Order: sequence, then structure tokens, then C-alpha cells
Amino acid sequence: MYDGGKIITGIIIGLALLTFPIWYNLGAAPKPPDIKLPVKEKQCVQPKAYMRTKHMQVLDLWRDSVVRVAQRSYVAFNGVKYDMSLQNTCMSADCHAKKTEFCDQCHNYTGVVPYCWDCHIEPKEKPKEKPKEKH
Amino acid sequence: MAEIPKSWNVPSPDGLVKEVDHSPASMGLQKGWMSTTPVEIKPGMHCYAALPKRSKALGMPNPRNWSAMDEDWKLPRNWKEIVLEGMKERLGKFRSFQLFMDICVRCGACADKCHYFIGSADPKNMPVLRAELLRSVYRKNFTTAGKLLGPIAGARDLTLDVLKEWWYYLYQCSECRRCSVFCPYGIDTAEITMMGRELTNLLGLNIDWIAAPIDFCYRTGNHMGIQPHAYKEMMEFFVDEVENYTGVRVEPSFNRKGAEILFVTPSGDVFGDPGTYTAMGYLVLFHELGLDVTWSTYASEGGNFGLFTSNEVMKRLNAKMYAEAKRLGVKWILGGECGHMWRVCNQYMGTMNLDMAKGSKMEEPVSPITGTKFENAKSTKMVHICEFTADLIRNNKLKLDPSRNDHLTVTMHDSCNPARGMGFFEEPRYVIKNVCNHFYDMPENTIREQTFCCGAGSGLNAGEDMELRMRGGLPRANAVKYVHEKYGVNKLACICAIDRAVLVDLMQYFVPEVDVTGIHEMVANAMILEGEKEKTVDLRGEPLPGKEDSK
Amino acid sequence: MNVIVSLILSGGAISILVAIPFLAVWALPYVFGIHLEWLFGIVIPYLAVIIFFVGIVYRVVKWAKCPVPFRIPSTCGQQYTLPWIKRNYAEKLDNPFTKAGVVGRMILEVLCFRSLFRNTKLNFGDGLHVRYASSKWLWLAAMGFHYCFLIVLIRHLRFFTEPMPFFVSIIEKVDGFFQFFLPVAYQSGLLLGAALTFLLLRRLLIPQVRYVSLPADYFPLFLILTIAGTGILMRYVFKADVVSIKELTMGLVTFSPKIPEGISVLFYIHLFLVSVLFAYFPFSKLVHMSGVFLSPTRNLSNNNRAVRHINPWNPKVKLHTYEEYEDDFREKMIEAGLPVEKKVAPTEQKE
Repeated sequence: MYDGGKIITGIIIGLALLTFPIWYNLGAAPKPPDIKLPVKEKQCVQPKAYMRTKHMQVLDLWRDSVVRVAQRSYVAFNGVKYDMSLQNTCMSADCHAKKTEFCDQCHNYTGVVPYCWDCHIEPKEKPKEKPKEKH
Repeated sequence: MAEIPKSWNVPSPDGLVKEVDHSPASMGLQKGWMSTTPVEIKPGMHCYAALPKRSKALGMPNPRNWSAMDEDWKLPRNWKEIVLEGMKERLGKFRSFQLFMDICVRCGACADKCHYFIGSADPKNMPVLRAELLRSVYRKNFTTAGKLLGPIAGARDLTLDVLKEWWYYLYQCSECRRCSVFCPYGIDTAEITMMGRELTNLLGLNIDWIAAPIDFCYRTGNHMGIQPHAYKEMMEFFVDEVENYTGVRVEPSFNRKGAEILFVTPSGDVFGDPGTYTAMGYLVLFHELGLDVTWSTYASEGGNFGLFTSNEVMKRLNAKMYAEAKRLGVKWILGGECGHMWRVCNQYMGTMNLDMAKGSKMEEPVSPITGTKFENAKSTKMVHICEFTADLIRNNKLKLDPSRNDHLTVTMHDSCNPARGMGFFEEPRYVIKNVCNHFYDMPENTIREQTFCCGAGSGLNAGEDMELRMRGGLPRANAVKYVHEKYGVNKLACICAIDRAVLVDLMQYFVPEVDVTGIHEMVANAMILEGEKEKTVDLRGEPLPGKEDSK
Repeated sequence: MNVIVSLILSGGAISILVAIPFLAVWALPYVFGIHLEWLFGIVIPYLAVIIFFVGIVYRVVKWAKCPVPFRIPSTCGQQYTLPWIKRNYAEKLDNPFTKAGVVGRMILEVLCFRSLFRNTKLNFGDGLHVRYASSKWLWLAAMGFHYCFLIVLIRHLRFFTEPMPFFVSIIEKVDGFFQFFLPVAYQSGLLLGAALTFLLLRRLLIPQVRYVSLPADYFPLFLILTIAGTGILMRYVFKADVVSIKELTMGLVTFSPKIPEGISVLFYIHLFLVSVLFAYFPFSKLVHMSGVFLSPTRNLSNNNRAVRHINPWNPKVKLHTYEEYEDDFREKMIEAGLPVEKKVAPTEQKE
């Protein structure tokens, strides 16, 4: 090999850069999201599979509807009527009350930073409330 | 307009230019290029085949009489094997070749950079395609994809028609490297052409205009085949001429042992106008400085047509410089104005032949006049005369009267090899600006590293390929025409012996008002010599400005 | 290769490459009850990455095994010379004399596509007034394509790292700066598409470039366009289940592969095409990525006259020595008064 030193150094640097994900994750077993589902409420405004991938579009629709045409009533797939509200409906005490235990679980895992909280005030979670809800 | 000699077999400039049509239809771009083989080998666009006696002199393969226009090229029976074996060997020996076969993305940035493409509108003169001619064969024989997929992978068999196509276009490339400046990966078509030409030489497919100078240079020491006594006679003629015009008798020495400096320049300067005036310029300069310099009849050639043949031949011819420097016991070598000579002396000579200088008296060059150390030449011990003269002028060692060149309005043609194989831009310009008062550069896309070939580099400066030369020279001529019309330029300065030979024809054809000169001709004309008579004429015997009546 | 044939071949190849995972993952379970997710989600990606790394190293080592017999930089600026001939920074980089200069030149070449930046366009006109205009479109598209591709790659690290490194979040934020569309549209994706389209169109519309183009030039363009297309579809239209996908991708990088439920066939198509790109990379023109570092016209300094470059196979050749030369011409030389080494001409020895 000619210029072997330089070329091998180059190859090693290249490999190190390209294999970044492998050594970055070394030793740290991936922690999949740990979602706390609501205890009382069993049905969301759409089926679970739909909500898993498209909840952001539902929320987007809700926002536009509320903010732009002042229409607040949402008829779910099963005919039940809901008030279009992130904080009062989705995050009501009976449903996904805690951002850290529901929203953040997947968002943090997949590196998603939704801009809901650019406008909404993040609900305060008092640590002392926690034991209450736990069963 | 000046008469264009009938023997050139070219249409008038207007006619030639009108034929050049870059429209897709005219270039035949509708068909895929691989289906356009066999190629029509046109007279005027190629050089005559090497005569058998040339090949014999250096022991090159397959000496015979042949012609590119013939159907039968009289190749050895196993020619295909020879080429493929040769290709394999070179792929292993030159990283440039292997790499440039592999990494081209065909972005087309090089396409319109080639002077032959610009002037001929032949799409196979696009550098990328010139390389693809070889690459297609490479893929077929040396890559898995090419072997399996054939034309889909851009691969094709090496057939006789393909070989002829190779030959035709390899000898329509002047190895000027302009394309390599623009290539995002630095792919240098000159490297590919060199490899291709080495392969053609394995089959005895050289051209006579290259083979003859090689043969001559090997035996007599120079391209022109001038024997030692004749060389000296030519120089004595110059001595008389110089005395005649300046009143100063210069005294050059030849093959003189113990001289401090060995001077090597292309023999073209000793043999043909207007190079001869540059040679006289050197004589005047050396005499005025009292430089301890000797010329050599053995190493009487700076140029090296081996560069256009194979690395071995280049080495065999170049070796004489160090051999002679050692024999004569000089301290360093001064090199004259030459293009491809300086590509060899800058990029190849040290690598190839520095071993020959072992045990010699050579040392890091120092100008005996100014004391300047040429640190940038401390290994090869070879200095360019323009560096040397620029240093003299800078240190006020020359008495100059630039007004003696006031009848000249000068532009400078950067020769491809010093430009892109060295980066030799400021030194000649500095010299020119100090010896004449009217200097104008050509447009920026046509000078310095983007300079255009004279149209006849790399051994294509023959007489039978005038059409190729005029087409290839078109971009250069155009730029000269531009400054001629804009600033009244009437002198085209260059630092290359091939330029001095071929730009004369090119100017005669396209811009007949412009004449060609070497730089040291202008230097000598501007010099105020010790004991000179009242000068009325320049080194060409032409009246100086204001002295038109005194002749 | 004719352009139509080239387009059909490379377009056809892409269609087949899309159809394979589609049929295998979507149709096979329905028809035969066979599940091949493990093949397309685990085996093929691993294979592709192995081929990529082994292939690239093989290619580079192959180049490295070829010596560089001569130091042949293309000099694109004033040489290092007499001290009073000043060179500006551009000249020091375009015609480097030192190692630092070479490093600078390579950085400019690799990161800024310096040479492509010089591009000009011929304007032949009537042939008597030929002009060359600066032409930066190719440079712009090439820069756009390569950098957007790099950004897209870095953004994808969110699927391959846990927790996400800071620079990925920064790049995402910058990339989604304009906050339009939902989920936020990334500029890099749009620019990547635009640049690729430009590169494809110029290949098709500029006759000279079309003439030199091979199927191997269209195929990677189509492949990357399709990869970008499927990615965009997953993000904005057919909504993929990113949590499941990240479980799969994290499984891959931590060598504990698994196939979570609920991943759409579109993802498998995307992943398969990426695998094809990885495997294709070392054996195609795409190796210019590593090749550009080894180009002898760029990565060497123009200091031949000061520092000798060694050719490992410097051939021994037959020289025509001075002695032989003098033997040939001695009498003539003596007659002309030129000095000779041997005074007496050995006339008997001749012939």
C-alpha cells in the first residue's frame, strides 16, 4: 500500500463517522416508551391505531376549527361529541392528564418537538398528585 | 488578410468557423455515442504514422509502414491481448489511471472546456467522452458489472474499430489539462491520454511527428536532429547577427567543463523563427551579465516528446540533462522558455532522474549576479530563465530601456504546461511589464490556469493536421483577436518553443496583424548593452521605434 | 446507450426494486400467510451495510495499492517562487506548496466543490466572438444536493440514537425553521428534491450531458429520488408509526434486532431502497465520495523542484550516454572545435 498511513487513518475516520450510531448507543439498551394509559376512559376520539400515527393531524384540525371558525364541537368516529380542546378534553383528568407520562414518552423517544406548547401553557404537574392517580 | 498556404488544406477562417456547429443535431447527439463507432478518420485531423526507422532507433515495438487511413493497420496478431495486458499493468502502476477510470460521474463540467471540442464540435472531443472511450473498455474487462451487463453498464469490447477510435481521439488531445482544472475530482484527461498513448505505442501506433523528434533527440541530443558541429554553426550565425544589430560580440561556450551553469533550451529556438530571436536574446543576456554558463550539444534539447510517448521514453531522453550537468561539473541548470519541457522538469525530472546527479557538483541554485537562492528549486537544481531574469530586474541588475519596445503592444499566452503543471504566471508578466510599456492580458477565462492550448501541443504540431491545429487554436486566436481589436495588441508573447512555432501559423490564419515572440527576445531588445552601437534595429533587424528612417 | 433505453432500464430497475418489498411484505401475508418482515427489516439492511463498508474499504485499499509514480497536481494559481512575488490565500490553496496548503485545498474541494465553482459556459456565437460566461448552476445544485442529503442523513440519526445527540436536535430545529405544514416541513427535504430534479433535468435537457450519460447515471438519481419520495410520503401523507419504526431501527444499531407490530409496507419499501443504495454505493460512480480524497491532481503539493517525489517502480532504462554520443560525432566535434573527452578518434573500431 502506498501512503498507507494517511489512507488507513482516513478510512478509520470515515468508518468512525459512519458507524456513529453503533458506538453512540453501545451499552445503553434502548428504552421503548412507557405510556400510562387512562384508567377510567377506555375510548379515544379515534381508534388507537389511527391516533398512534395521526393524532397531530386531529389536533391540527381542532386548532384550526377553534381558532379560525370558532367551531368547538367534534363528532368522533363513534358518534360521541367532544369539546375540541387539548387541555380540557385530551388532557382532562380522566384521560391523558400528565404530559410527562403520555405525550413526552413517545415524543422524547423519537425526538419529536411538537409546537403545541409554543402557545399552550404546559400544565403543571405537582409531584404530590402522583400517588393519588397511581393504582 | 494574409494568404493561407494551399498546403494547409483548410478552408478560410470564416468558412472553418461557420462549419463549427454545436447544435445537438449537427453534433449527432441523438444516437448514443457507443453506436457511432467506427469513426471516420479524416485527413487534416490526424498526423502521419511513424516511420519504421524511428521505432527501431529506440527499440519500440512493431516497426512497419502503415497509415491511419488504411483499412489494415498491420497490428500484431495478439494486439488485443497486448493492449489489455498493458492496461492491466498501468492500472496497477498509476493511481491516477485507476482512480480516473472509477470515479467520473459524467457531470459534464469538462465538456465545453476542451479547445478541440470548441473548435471542432466533435462530441468525442469532450474530455469526458475521450475518457469514456477507454473507460468503456476498462469496464468490460476489469469490472464485474461491465462483464455481466455489457453496454447497460457502459461497457464494450475492444475491437479494431474501438482501437481506431481510441487512436484518432488520443491524438486529438494535446494533454493541456484545462479540463482537469474544472473537474470536481481533478480527473485529468492528460493522464488518460498519456496512458492511452502508451498503449498505442505497445502496438507501434505512434505518429511520426512524435517518433521522429524522439529518435533524433536520442541520437543527436535534440529534436531537430542537429549534429554537434551544426549546432555550433547555428549559434555562430546568431553571434554574427547579434553583433550586426547591436555592435556587441557575444561569446557562447559549448560543452565547457567547469562552467557554473548549464543552459538547456528547446532546440526549436536554435532552428526556427521566431524562436531564434529568443535564442539570441539568451546570448545577449548571458553576455551582458558575464554569466559563467555553457550550452551543451549533447543535452541540446529541453523539450521531451517522450512525455507524449511513454514514461520510459521520457526518462531516457530527460536523463541527458543531469548526465551532462554531472559531466561538465556545473552547479545548477538554467532552463529556457519552453512549455512541456517545464512540465517534465517540474513534475517528472527529479522523480525520474535525480539519481543521475549523485556525485555531481550540483547544489542549490544561487544567482551569481544577485545572490538570490532559488529555494523552490533546491532539489532539482533547475531554474526557469524567467525566474532568473525576474530576479535580475527586481535587483536592478539589467539596464533596460522599455521604450525600445514601444512599437509593441503585447499580450501573453500562458502555455498550458507551465500554467497548469507549475503555476508560472507572475514571473513572465513581471519581466514583460519591465521591458515593454504596453501590456494587456487577454480575458480572464482564457489565461493563467484557464489558458487555452495553442492547438498543437503534445506533438500535434505537424504540417498535415493543419485543420486540427486551426480548430484547436480557435479559442486562443479568438482571445488574441479580442485584445487586438480592443487594445491594438500586435505581439503575442509566450514562453514555449512549440507556441513560437505554431502560434505564428495560428495568427496568420485568424489574426494576421499579430506576431509572435519569446520573452527574452523582448528583454534583449530593451537591454542597454555595454559597448553597444547606436541601436536602430531589433534582433529581427526591424527598425526600432523612431529609428524607421535611419536604416 | 440511447437516452430512452437508459431511462427505461433505470426506471424499470427502480420499479422492480419498489415492487419487491411491496409484494413481499404486503401481498405475501395475504396470499400465502408468509411473513417476510424479518428479511426486509433485518437481514437485508444488515447485509447492505456490511457490503457498503467492506466494499468501500476494498475500493479504497485497491486505489491505495496503486502507487502515485509522479507528483502531478493541477496548478491553479501562482507557484511558490521568489519571495517578493506575493501569493494571496486563494493562490496558496489553488497551488499549494506546503502540506497545510494541500489540506486547505482538499477541504475546499471536498466541502465547497472548489473546482466546480470555476465552471464556465461556452458561448460560441458566430465563432469569431467566442465567450465564456461564469456558470454556477451546476455548483449550486451539487452543493444543494450533497448538503441536503447530509442534513437528511443527520436528521435520521433520531431513529438510530437514544437519547438523541444535541446536534441532531439543533439541525432539526434549523431545518424546520419556517414552521409551516404539519408535521413541520423540512427545507432540506424540499431542496434535496429540487436539486435532484435539477440534476436530472440538466442530464436530460443539455444535449452534451445527455449524450455522455449512462443508465448508471440515471439509476442513482432515480433511486435517491424514490427514497426521498417514500420518506416524504411517510412523514406527510401515509403517516408511519415512528415509535415502532424506532424500535426496529434501534434494534438494528444495538444488535438486538426485532420486528415490532404496526409498521407499514411503505417503510419497508423505503428501507429496502436505502439498503440497495448502500449496497450499490461501492460498486458505482458514487465511490467518488472516497475517491475525491485520493485524486493525485489535487492532494499533492506543487513542490517537486524543492522536495523529490519517489516513484517506487522508477524503471531502469537504456540511456544514450555521452560517450556513445561522442563516439558517433567525435570527428565532427573536433573539427568544429568542440571539446571532446577522447582526443584520438578510434576510427578502427567504427564499422
